[in-house]
Amino acid sequence: MKKTSKLVSFNSPTFLAYVLIAPAVIYLLGIVGWPLFETFRLSFTNASIAGEEYVGFENYEKLLSSSKFSKIAIRTFVWTFFSVLLKLILGMIGAVLLNASLRGRTFFRILVLPPWVVPIAIGALGWMWVYNGHFGILSGIGIRLGILDGPFSFLAYKQSAFIATMVTDVWVGTPFVTLFFLAGMQAVPKDLYEAAYCDGAGRFRRFYHITLPQITPVIISMSLISAVATFVSFDIIFIMTEGGPRGATTTLIIDTYKMALGNYKFGRGSARAVMIVLMITTFAVLYFYLLSKINKKVSHG
Amino acid sequence: MDKYSLQLKIFLYFSIFLFFIFILLPFVEMFYASLRPLKHLFRSPYQFYSDDLSFWAYREMWNTVPLLGRYIFNSFFMAITVTFFTLVFVIPAAYSYARFNFPFKQGSLWVLLAVNMFSGAVLLIPLFKLLRTFDLLNTYFAMIVPGIAFCIPTSIWLLKAYFEKIPVELEEAAYVDGASRIDILTKIIAPLSTPGIVVTAIYAFIQAYAQQFLFAITFNSIREYMPIVSGLTEFIGYQSVKWNEMMAASIVGVFPVLIVFVFLQKYIVEGLTAGAVKN
Repeated sequence: MKKTSKLVSFNSPTFLAYVLIAPAVIYLLGIVGWPLFETFRLSFTNASIAGEEYVGFENYEKLLSSSKFSKIAIRTFVWTFFSVLLKLILGMIGAVLLNASLRGRTFFRILVLPPWVVPIAIGALGWMWVYNGHFGILSGIGIRLGILDGPFSFLAYKQSAFIATMVTDVWVGTPFVTLFFLAGMQAVPKDLYEAAYCDGAGRFRRFYHITLPQITPVIISMSLISAVATFVSFDIIFIMTEGGPRGATTTLIIDTYKMALGNYKFGRGSARAVMIVLMITTFAVLYFYLLSKINKKVSHG
Repeated sequence: MDKYSLQLKIFLYFSIFLFFIFILLPFVEMFYASLRPLKHLFRSPYQFYSDDLSFWAYREMWNTVPLLGRYIFNSFFMAITVTFFTLVFVIPAAYSYARFNFPFKQGSLWVLLAVNMFSGAVLLIPLFKLLRTFDLLNTYFAMIVPGIAFCIPTSIWLLKAYFEKIPVELEEAAYVDGASRIDILTKIIAPLSTPGIVVTAIYAFIQAYAQQFLFAITFNSIREYMPIVSGLTEFIGYQSVKWNEMMAASIVGVFPVLIVFVFLQKYIVEGLTAGAVKN
């Protein structure tokens, strides 16, 4: 009897539990919590290097009435959507390939990770070289094959720069998605496949009817994680194009950075940062809401 | 189960080859560019072949940017420091989350995930003010302090999954036998969770190394404290850009992470995905 009561107190010491998480929580409150609150507060001021004054909703009114801002927002959504879509498709292809029982697959699994391990800034530098019109391999191959008439600088034109930065972002994100899809595939019970095989199901049917449904939870969480990360992706665009040419790759985060730390307009920059936070939160909530609706439908049908 | 036919095998290997062309293309280009003499790089039209490849740029880069060694050291030093403090914050917190039930537990875990969502870039303005208030701008701490914060959330999730695998019964048995909490933590939990702590440390190190760019360009303007990712811009001179040396320096600059990665890759692949699959 005495032993069990001793164990109960050993297993549920609320005070100790809080003491252990306190340092991390306090640190995060200081470095993330307070800045987040301060961003909200500053967004209602005209803060700059000179000082700050309360201006109410002026920053937001300006933002929402400017056609430039809505253009940037739409551009960010398009950039994010296609980048995430490509990451998921390539990640799925990569995971299927690395999951095949082929010689050398352990090595391939290691070889896929460098884009994630190497700092984005350095990967972006490598891609700048690939995209270079005069010295880059893409332009070189294009000329050799006769697709291009002469040197073509991918980062110098609006459309190609938009696609080029997106491809680089896909490159940065693909290893991580591949790794998690692969882990999901390996957790699928082997007997499911064996049973399906005995029933005469081919490879594609097994993939479609077993693998896909089994790893759906991983696909769902990876979509959200990479959508959020892509939405605020900064290094790639900032290094490769600084948002140019003529604003073609200016996303919300680049616009925010330039407004706040390029022009020192802290108030107007904060309003932009708040808009980003609101958009991400709305997106995440909508995503979960739609998911639960789909789940209900599936389970009722 | 059905075996792969020869055609399918060839198709799979060919697909893997194409996949890795995409994954490795920029690295190959960087390495190739670092071997070519500068005037060959600028030859137009593009030439696939240079006849005098050499490692000359790897020697010359130290002269072109005298502080290069310092920048690489800075990157390494700051990443190590961030990793150390991240572990100090994360180990007790992750243990608590894995072991105890308390009010707001689930809620606070989700809030942690949300911290990841906002990333540094959204919070730069107040962070700038905060660092200025404490007089930390233009010091190592300007890059270390925010760096730790953005390593904490994912690290807690990673390590929590590891602690959860250690059976509670082990601790209970020791406790009933009269061991104190400190004994249990240092003699049972610590040795058993070493692999988990290693994975978390690797994650934090890679993350810390990668995220330096944003904090460095925003919070630091002193050359002596620059990490390698922002130090590379010094190869862009008034007259010309020494591209081959810049590429060579990039490759040498990522050596610290690559070494960590190559030696510990087994833990990374297993550890990062362990928690993800379970949930």
